[in-house]
Amino acid sequence: MPLTDALRDDILAAVPSLRAFAISLCGNGDRADDLVQETLLRALANIDSFQPGSNLPAWLFTILRNLFRSDYRKRRREVEDAEGNYAKTLKTQPAQSAHLEFEEFRAALDKLPQDQREALILVGASGFSYEDAATICGCAVGTIKSRVNRARSKLAALLYVDGAEDFGPDETVRAVIGGNG
Amino acid sequence: MKDLKSQASKNAAPGKQSGLNAEIQSRIGHQLRAMYDDVVRQGVPDRFAELIRKLDKPQNPPQVDSTGGNNNDGRE
Repeated sequence: MPLTDALRDDILAAVPSLRAFAISLCGNGDRADDLVQETLLRALANIDSFQPGSNLPAWLFTILRNLFRSDYRKRRREVEDAEGNYAKTLKTQPAQSAHLEFEEFRAALDKLPQDQREALILVGASGFSYEDAATICGCAVGTIKSRVNRARSKLAALLYVDGAEDFGPDETVRAVIGGNG
Repeated sequence: MKDLKSQASKNAAPGKQSGLNAEIQSRIGHQLRAMYDDVVRQGVPDRFAELIRKLDKPQNPPQVDSTGGNNNDGRE
């Protein structure tokens, strides 16, 4: 469809969450903004292929994710210094203790496999349905569900339980034995 | 976070496992959205607003000849 004023406004309105998605994918504010810029240029150049009435944010997120994927493969090595850069992109710094918790969370998120991280963010933060997330990632709905579940369990293990593998039957059994003794 | 860690060992009896899990999951969901919304709240940086505004205009610079095209008509 042609680029109408309304469509332009809708694209602009999607920019904040595109940035949030980009930053959570690459952990680096400058690179994320380049990714968003590239996404917008690509979207505007291909605006004719956008179906009126379909989900514009999902379309834009798909473009961004694909760009990130192809870019990521190219420079996997360069981006490993990204630690801590995420916090620098924030205008309001959280208070000290909250800041530590935030860093801890961010570090745990970075430990997830990329497939799981993006699924969790799309569903848990961007607010996409499992169906839309599946479209964006080009996989089955069931795959998205299992990625999200695995991401959640792994984060819980990393953040809230000492020794990731202790969370589960062993811990329960030990507690029961302890409780009965 | 520390408090939940200690709860994790205290509450690890079979009946309470799912309740703890739900609490941890809601905590994770909250942190995830807090992280994301921090960026969303920054709004649209100028560079993107400008980019879209510029591209929105039809490309119309080559209009120069339409008014000045009749200069060479001094025939005879």
